[in-house]
Amino acid sequence: MTISLLRTTLMLGTVGLLAACSGSGSEAPKATEAATAAAPATIDITGAGASFVFPIMSKWSGEYATATGNRINYQSIGSGGGIAQAKAGTVDFGSTDAPLNSEDLKASNLGQFPSVVGGVVPVVNIEGVASNQLRLTGALLADIYLGKITTWNDPAIVAVNPGVVLPELGIKAVYRSDGSGTTFNFVNYLSQVSPAWVEGVGRAATAVKWPLGVGGKGNEGVAAYTKQLKGSIGYVELSYALQNNLTTVSLQNAAGNWIEPSIASFQAAAASADWANAQDFYLVITNAPGADAWPIAATNFILVSKNPNDPAKAKAALAFFKWAYANGGSRAQELGYVPLPEPLVQQVEAYWAQNFAY
Amino acid sequence: MAAAATQLDHLARGDARADRLFRWSVAAAGFFVLISLVGAALTMAWGGREAFATFGWAFVASDNWDPGNLIFGGLAPIVGTLITAGIALLLAVPISFGIALFLTEVAPGWLRGPVGTAIELLAGIPSIIYGMWGLFVLVPFLGEYIYPFLSETASQLPIIGSWFNGPPIGIGMLTAGMVLSIMVIPFIASVMREVFLTVPSRLKESAYALGSTTFEVVWDIVLPYTRSAVIGGIFLGLGRALGETMAVTFVLGNANRLANLLEPSSSIAATIANEFGEAFADLHRSSLLALGFVLFAVTFVVLSIAKLMLMGLQRREGT
Repeated sequence: MTISLLRTTLMLGTVGLLAACSGSGSEAPKATEAATAAAPATIDITGAGASFVFPIMSKWSGEYATATGNRINYQSIGSGGGIAQAKAGTVDFGSTDAPLNSEDLKASNLGQFPSVVGGVVPVVNIEGVASNQLRLTGALLADIYLGKITTWNDPAIVAVNPGVVLPELGIKAVYRSDGSGTTFNFVNYLSQVSPAWVEGVGRAATAVKWPLGVGGKGNEGVAAYTKQLKGSIGYVELSYALQNNLTTVSLQNAAGNWIEPSIASFQAAAASADWANAQDFYLVITNAPGADAWPIAATNFILVSKNPNDPAKAKAALAFFKWAYANGGSRAQELGYVPLPEPLVQQVEAYWAQNFAY
Repeated sequence: MAAAATQLDHLARGDARADRLFRWSVAAAGFFVLISLVGAALTMAWGGREAFATFGWAFVASDNWDPGNLIFGGLAPIVGTLITAGIALLLAVPISFGIALFLTEVAPGWLRGPVGTAIELLAGIPSIIYGMWGLFVLVPFLGEYIYPFLSETASQLPIIGSWFNGPPIGIGMLTAGMVLSIMVIPFIASVMREVFLTVPSRLKESAYALGSTTFEVVWDIVLPYTRSAVIGGIFLGLGRALGETMAVTFVLGNANRLANLLEPSSSIAATIANEFGEAFADLHRSSLLALGFVLFAVTFVVLSIAKLMLMGLQRREGT
């Protein structure tokens, strides 16, 4: 009696499942038929590189997929990784915050153009200090990362922060453990404002020998460590600071003014950049001269091969960026990036016509 | 009669063929292990030849790892790997002993099943979860409560005091050693438990009958009987600790410097994981492969020492 009941239940269940599957199955082919009849084949494009622009890349790729159906798969592996993969041809476009110079580009047969401007922002984890309340000069920042200043209530820091209560808390420096364009721009700025930095650590690169501190993987890793460790200081792109509610720091720029990190200050830094004379757009915009300029603004560059394995995909990648220049500006601003100004966009499109023959 | 004989012949030949096939397949599996081992070692050695040629002994003796200037001295990751694995074993072996002995000697019958299953489940947790737990739970706890206390008191101790001199961040070799020890305990404990169960009860019962305490039975009967398997289990755990990547990357701090216990440092696996994706300079990539070869060599040396030690002990005992 029980066995036959079990058998009947199993049979009914299987029949029911099959009916449900075939029901939904018969709907799906009809839908795809309609879709394939209406739309052309969608292209999947892969990009990899700077974690600096990962937030805006994922936003843009989502909207681009809704608008055109082409999908962009962006892997945040760091600028060093982006350069390596673009040179190796394993991705359709690479992304880096550390621009390659013209010889390097020619040797690897790559073209380079800017995508968006952002800013590297120091973030701290000190109880009782609010965002942008703490002020640091470039030289102080360099001394912190060199290990010359070890506690937050050091006289040098207190001197530029009247009215801020700084605890006797040890400073823990957090840096990027992977090859990073964010590091490149940060270290580039430090070497411009601190001779001690140049002596102690050396020239700017995507990976340097940090005298002390803790290394996190990606902007995400630095944000995580800074959030976990009390008294820590790190450097991340502004959107990571905003999305993770990290305490940002005001810096003194080349003009001597105290600037808070914001789209306006990044824009001021980008405005003073001389793009017209930069061959292959090789230009680092740190320590910009403007009165309201954020000192550590950074441009993200896209690398596309001039002789790709799959020209259709490379062309689709360029189409994506054309769409982003035209339609992605408001999204970029929401996330704390500065879209490229119109004259620069035209310069980029002329560069495409000249260099990418597909 | 003749027909029956040929039929038997057929069967015998068929059996012999099947037997030969079986032997060949099993031998192939065995050779596959040897070939993969030799292949892996050769690939790493070949890939690392540029680094060894450029730096020579300085590759393992200098701690200057500078990717920007293309100078690679791997002492910091090597020492970091050895020390974190050492701490992991130091913490894991006594605890695993305790677990295995509890499960075989002390625990009541109804408790052995659940605790045994719990140990197996610990082994199944992905290592990155351990890393996340370490970063989000263990690091703040240690950094706020334990390490400040340690760096004040333990650093006063005579010889080993300087090991505890670092700023109490919470991220460091000691934390990584603790996380590794939790990951390694299931392996060692399971092997030990299996092996302790094979000790003949007659031996143990005779010892109890002569008046030994539980501890004496364990120390004088169970452990000597299972010595080689126990050491094998410990080295299984050591192998995992030496090669562990993700958990260590989270809590060790990725600081490529020689450091004491409370400071962040680096390990070979973490360095390779962090830098391989963007090591487009040939010397950089070669150095990372050379580091992998060094790890391989270290594991080989440690295993050989263990084997020699075991052989020495067995010779002394006359087995």
